[in-house]
Amino acid sequence: MAQMIKLIALGLITLCAMIAANHARDIAYQLHAILIMLIAGGMFLWQVRRTGEDVTPAPMNEYHDGVIRAGVIATAFWGIAGFLVGVVIAFQLAFPVLNFDWAQGYTNFGRLRPLHTSAVIFAFGGNALIASSFFIVQRTCAARLWGGNLAWFVFWGYQLFIVLAATGYLLGGTQSKEYAEPEWYIDIWLTIVWVAYLAVFVGTLIKRREPHIYVANWFLLSFIVTVAMLHLLNNLSIPVSIYGSKSVQVFSGVQDAMVQWWYGHNAVGFFLTAGFLGMMYYFIPKQAERPVFSYKLSIIHFWALIFLYIWAGPHHLHYTALPDWASTLGMVFSIILWMPSWGGMINGLMTLQGAWDKLRTDPVIRMMVTSLAFYGMSTFEGPMMSIRAVNSLSHYTDWTIGHVHSGALGWNGLITFGALYYLTPVLWKRERLYSLSLVSWHFWFATIGIVLYASSMWVTGIMEGLMWREVDANGFLVNSFADTVSAKFPMYVVRGLGGVLFLAGACVMCYNLWMTVKASPAKAPLSTAVPAE
Amino acid sequence: MDTYSMLREFADSWMLLVLFTIFVGVFLWVIRPGSSAIHRDTAAIPFRNDDAPMGPEEDQR
Repeated sequence: MAQMIKLIALGLITLCAMIAANHARDIAYQLHAILIMLIAGGMFLWQVRRTGEDVTPAPMNEYHDGVIRAGVIATAFWGIAGFLVGVVIAFQLAFPVLNFDWAQGYTNFGRLRPLHTSAVIFAFGGNALIASSFFIVQRTCAARLWGGNLAWFVFWGYQLFIVLAATGYLLGGTQSKEYAEPEWYIDIWLTIVWVAYLAVFVGTLIKRREPHIYVANWFLLSFIVTVAMLHLLNNLSIPVSIYGSKSVQVFSGVQDAMVQWWYGHNAVGFFLTAGFLGMMYYFIPKQAERPVFSYKLSIIHFWALIFLYIWAGPHHLHYTALPDWASTLGMVFSIILWMPSWGGMINGLMTLQGAWDKLRTDPVIRMMVTSLAFYGMSTFEGPMMSIRAVNSLSHYTDWTIGHVHSGALGWNGLITFGALYYLTPVLWKRERLYSLSLVSWHFWFATIGIVLYASSMWVTGIMEGLMWREVDANGFLVNSFADTVSAKFPMYVVRGLGGVLFLAGACVMCYNLWMTVKASPAKAPLSTAVPAE
Repeated sequence: MDTYSMLREFADSWMLLVLFTIFVGVFLWVIRPGSSAIHRDTAAIPFRNDDAPMGPEEDQR
């Protein structure tokens, strides 16, 4: 019966996609309709061929790790893709000739930039979050994932979202909202996938066998719930035609800007902070082999972050049509936010108390600790930049880009690499990583890359800000915009080289993880059955 | 009074008080006497059940 319903649904989707492809008003929509038609049609055929076969029930006495293994592979793949596009657009800014004429309109900076941001944040970061949240919630609840194959739906559904978004950007399907570029039908699809994700996560929490919910799950749950809320409100739009990708926002003017940056900043706050803090609260204690420094502090950290972060968005709109009181509110909350951020950083760092010697011997924990250091640095820099007076210098300059990357490459990147190094031997049941010295190489590649990136962006950002505000004795501006562009050239080259180093480090990691699975000795199975505690 | 002014006045008075009280309440709840033992046990959760879920025959601890 269930198979019948599935077949009918897949057949209908294929048919609707065919009709949509035929009536399509623009190329992005048409490509997506054809893609969905092929995927749904392929699944239909696959389902037909399997009809009548017995389905072996999944073993309930094991963790559901297959989907996490797939998530680790996807994280590494999208990481390389996203970093590569980042390096390309960094050099496009330094050498405009790389916006090739023959590919004009498809691979120029404007089209590739959202591809880069979405690939690293949502594809690399999102897959890392989904995979590690599935890992963490099972281990800390002592329960198998709820919902059986629903977890696989979440994984593949999310990959489809990424592919639709990425191909859409190249073909011009965008609603022009930073970090929320995908058009209306992709937003609807992501909503469906996200609700399934929430169901799997909460379902597992409900059937947990541990009486308490470990703090990492609180952070991960807040990430899932808040992102759902942000996504729904920021993407309220009405399609011009159901056969086209173009849509019109429901909000307009300053309300739209406020909703956009309420979304934009909380995407940083809950996607890139709360979710990754969930990873931090699990993987750092595991790698250091000792419980978190203060569990009390972790609870206060959580609630302080929840109560404060949601208000910080207006600091993106200083000196705009937004009322002063609103941007002051955003600024004040951003500055207060410094406290819980550093509370969390200290909690993570002090977890190593009594195990600091591991920094010398274990490059994985060195990576995790460095990621916390970058977290501390960028959560100090952020509140400072949100102050109106500082913002008047930093806004619209490369300082912002440097700040984002010290957070994204340093904090999110390094903690994710650390988690991948932890997860791979565990998930593929290997004794250890293939090579610790390669982890060291990766660590230094990545760290030097980030330092080159951040410092060149500080220099060029502050230079830009000063050049833009420089006036002569008669009150005329001294520099034109193009003057700043040519002055930035050396820093842009250094930034691109920093990106190359970071990408090289990630390639070293992929080789190391591949060899871990291929060549590392398998973990010895337990010779005698161990009774459960 | 229009909706905007009403909501704004409510938000920066009573709602602010309610949210702040909840936050202080969380803080006091966390440092309540006797919580340390529970927190020690909870903090050790990642070090249990690494390889398999707790079986159905086991009692919930």
